[in-house]
Amino acid sequence: MAVIIDKNSKIIIQGFTGKMGTFHADEMIKYGSNVVGGVTPGKGGTKHLDRPVFNTVKAAVKETGATASILFVPPAFAADSAMEAADAGIKTCVAIVDGIPSHDMIKIKRYMRRYTKSGKMTLVGPNCAGIISPGKSMLGIMPGHIYKEGRVGIISRSGTLGYEAAQQLKNLNIGVSTSVGIGGDPINGSSFRDIIEKFETDEETDAILMIGEIGGPQEVAAGHFAKENMKKPVIAYIAGLTAPKGRVMGHAGAIVSAYGESAIEKVEILKECGITISKNPSVMGDTVKSVLDKN
Amino acid sequence: MDIHEYQAKKILSSFGVTIPRGGIVYSPENAENKAREIGGSKWVAKAQIHSGARGKAGGIIVCNSPLEVAQATDKLLGKKLVTNQTGPEGKIVNRIYIEEATDIEKELYLGLVFDRSSESIMIVASTEGGMSVEEISKEKPETIIRSKIEVAVGIQSFQARELAFGLGIEPALISRVSDTIIGCYKAFSELDATMVEVNPLVISKQKQILALDCKMSFDNNAMFRRSQVSELRDKTQEETKEVYASDRGLNYVSLDGNIGNIINGAGLAMASMDMIKLAGGSPANFLDVGGGATPEKIVKAFKLITMDEKVRVILVNIFAGINRCDWVAEGIVQALEKIEVKVPLVIRLAGTNVEKGNEILKKSKIKYIEAKTLEDAANKAVKALGK
Repeated sequence: MAVIIDKNSKIIIQGFTGKMGTFHADEMIKYGSNVVGGVTPGKGGTKHLDRPVFNTVKAAVKETGATASILFVPPAFAADSAMEAADAGIKTCVAIVDGIPSHDMIKIKRYMRRYTKSGKMTLVGPNCAGIISPGKSMLGIMPGHIYKEGRVGIISRSGTLGYEAAQQLKNLNIGVSTSVGIGGDPINGSSFRDIIEKFETDEETDAILMIGEIGGPQEVAAGHFAKENMKKPVIAYIAGLTAPKGRVMGHAGAIVSAYGESAIEKVEILKECGITISKNPSVMGDTVKSVLDKN
Repeated sequence: MDIHEYQAKKILSSFGVTIPRGGIVYSPENAENKAREIGGSKWVAKAQIHSGARGKAGGIIVCNSPLEVAQATDKLLGKKLVTNQTGPEGKIVNRIYIEEATDIEKELYLGLVFDRSSESIMIVASTEGGMSVEEISKEKPETIIRSKIEVAVGIQSFQARELAFGLGIEPALISRVSDTIIGCYKAFSELDATMVEVNPLVISKQKQILALDCKMSFDNNAMFRRSQVSELRDKTQEETKEVYASDRGLNYVSLDGNIGNIINGAGLAMASMDMIKLAGGSPANFLDVGGGATPEKIVKAFKLITMDEKVRVILVNIFAGINRCDWVAEGIVQALEKIEVKVPLVIRLAGTNVEKGNEILKKSKIKYIEAKTLEDAANKAVKALGK
């Protein structure tokens, strides 16, 4: 199976009957994702997009056997929904929503510490594009057709920059095994390190493209992990070379506040970790190609 | 979101932190009366702007009579203070905080931030108060002590006590310093703050523990549940175009270059700025119209960019996903029917229905330069500067 999700992953939509939930559930179904139902408290027992609606995630899991969920609930309720998914036994939860308070994200992560490693839900996001394994399943909001099936894993904070990379790869006839958007918030469910670790053991992935940006310690932590534990090649691009210090650049997490958080510093540290750097965003595809050609 | 010193002091004092007596004033007369009301024989008039390092910029004046307080207030009100944090344009002074002067025996540093590695709240303290934390970590790193607080259970007394002893505080004052630390932590965690800084935290000659200068920042994402905090926003302290943008749901940061940008997605926006720089140009702004890039947002974005007099070329870079390029192109055409653009315009569309999108632009009356890739767009934008 692909990393994280595959063709058979049973998916429920949290916030199913809302405008966003409806639109993207429909897109996911058209792509071929196995959407088995959804949750909207108070609308249990009805049908939406030909699929059952439940009041609680537990009821949805019990009836459908769902293992994955995607959140389209407003920021104020997102923490509650993510914890509900974790408690109902959902294995993978993608939080698309932008605007969750940092204090709430910390709360979710502390809450999830009650589960053993094997029983713990993988939370991806928030403020992200989600996950796609081309030709298999899409648990996200990306335009599915720009992803060609293949063997490169992509991890990106940014949604549109991840699309840019997938398009560049497709133009070079290179496909993607799985693309994971981890989101632009300061505190997120899965880090770069968490996802590259999954890619390292994924039989369908040969190389990993990591698209980071200014702010926070995650790109560097992933670099150190790669240096010590990985055999597969890692290629990275870091956005924000021209970003001024101390200003938030759109993503709540994109702010340089400590040493090692600027684009130049991250690039230097990643190079020392043996990671191949894409020197600008226009050559992410070419850089991946040159690494694949060498190996 | 940032707030003023006097607002942060009021908040912290409601959490048990002791502050010197003081009050906010808006006029010299007001200031003179306030000084009398506070009493004593020495006061400090402090310009309220969203920046540190005000002292060096002349924003803090020590006064020896109520008349001097009035004169200092008169001098500061309406002035633009330029500090090493405000940029060359400075920040306008509209409010003055009048405070009783404190006899300082010792200055300490106390700061609370999110630690993104451990995903906890980190308390940082040092015996070298009065300097910025960057200066302390450069010049006296050995004086810095840290404590990570487990947010699920909150701060424990022993953690506050350890910090206080670590600062070399004399035993009789330990509990008051601990209370100050606990108060700051509670304000941080209960009000969705992202930063609390008391610098300096002082021990006075009378053995009081006083928060002499305070700073607080808050999580913009949490403002929906912090209406009392969001009311403290002072738009006069923010850049005009940035206020215009944030009121319209656009992510905008003003920069000093001359190539204006309209881009969807924060990462792609940063990447496009990087490409401009590599092509030999300089971006006038960061602007993310959101992943969706709706026609309404594009109209607002063009209005915003055309407000900026520095802009000599506009670069539009949209990667359309579910929203489709044809729809984005129609948005651009609509925007340019309403707004006159006098500078060269470079447009790069990519993603879903890109051919249809470019077709719509070509058929319209818009004068623009078409670009195919990110690199192409940046090069053409820089080249257009020469025209």
